[in-house]
Amino acid sequence: MPSLKDIKKRITSVKNTRQITKAMKMVSAAKLRRAQDAVTAARPYAEKMQEVLSSLALREDPGAHPLLEPRERGRALVVLLTADRGLCGGFNGNISKAAERFIHSNAEGYGAYDLMIIGKKGNDLLRRRSLNIARVYENITVSINYGTASLLGQEVVKLFLEGKYDGVFLIYNGFLSAMTQDITVKQLLPVLPRGMEEGTQVTEYLYEPSREEVLKKVLPKHVEVQIFRGLLESSASEHGARMTAMDSASKNASEMIGKLTLQYNRARQAAITKELMEIISGAESIK
Amino acid sequence: MAEKLQLEVVTPYKRVLSEEVDEITAPGLIGEFGILPGHTPMLTTLKIGEFSYRQGDETFHLAVNWGYVEVEEDKVTVLVETAEPADEIDIERARAALGRAEEALKGLPSEDKNFRTMEAALERAMIRIQVAGRRAR
Repeated sequence: MPSLKDIKKRITSVKNTRQITKAMKMVSAAKLRRAQDAVTAARPYAEKMQEVLSSLALREDPGAHPLLEPRERGRALVVLLTADRGLCGGFNGNISKAAERFIHSNAEGYGAYDLMIIGKKGNDLLRRRSLNIARVYENITVSINYGTASLLGQEVVKLFLEGKYDGVFLIYNGFLSAMTQDITVKQLLPVLPRGMEEGTQVTEYLYEPSREEVLKKVLPKHVEVQIFRGLLESSASEHGARMTAMDSASKNASEMIGKLTLQYNRARQAAITKELMEIISGAESIK
Repeated sequence: MAEKLQLEVVTPYKRVLSEEVDEITAPGLIGEFGILPGHTPMLTTLKIGEFSYRQGDETFHLAVNWGYVEVEEDKVTVLVETAEPADEIDIERARAALGRAEEALKGLPSEDKNFRTMEAALERAMIRIQVAGRRAR
């Protein structure tokens, strides 16, 4: 049986841990709120973009622009959005596993896959696997701005146009609520003119300067916007996941403290009883 | 035909405004153009410039960055990278940016790939100052 002092020490240490997890939960909650606002703010832009693009691409034949044209499925690039920091439950593990599954199942029928990993944790988890990691970007999820997304988009578009890859996919944790993330796989390139809901009216537009010009500008932009949205969703999900993980950690710590305190009190009482017995039997023997 | 236009300005960061307006003037890629209620559906790209809309007798101005405009049945959607209303522009910062861009452009040959970037920065700064100047009126 552990001594009184040992139990006391454990209680203090668990209390300290609880304090840290509680603080982390608070921080994540605050960050989550901000990230959530950013996602909600970015959604109309991304959706509008998709709408415009769909109505453009539907009337355009795939040969109109290299970014629309499906190619022979040789090599594909998978852009995986993970977090830079851990302590967020299954957030990084789940998404990394999903990426691995996506590559191994090969539902899209490409010859080979390369990974582009955003976030340190994804790289930590996947680098020992037999996967081809082409590029890793760390610490860009700390502060997300459109500029970063735009640079990533430009790079992806460039790789695609150079013919290094015949398809580009984006995998990220979509933000549903603080508790639930939804792993999303999106095809970035070649751009699919889908996403049109049934019954949506296709409006005949007047294009200025010309349809080709507009298309040429809108397509690369679309890729950037999708990546930007992915980054925001992923970041909101990360904070949500961390908040949930830290909440249950704090709960577990409280439970543990309760158990330890009970044990401590029992041990204390046992010690008192023992002492009393000794005094009584000592007094008894003097008589 | 509706009497008003429903204007929405959206950037990747937020919905800047959503209002009923009477008239819109936007900087198109091939020249400035105006939109009145009853306009035919149109999709066009914008360049860096001054975007303005009129509500009754009042005219409001925005400095916009690259983007495009969609006109559809008296609904005008403007998707731009940045949009700053005249009263939110920090004129001191814009002046400083203008100075920096001018300075950088002097030292660069026009073939340099940074030249385009700086030129765009210069343009943005100039538009900001111009738009901010409208606020007083």
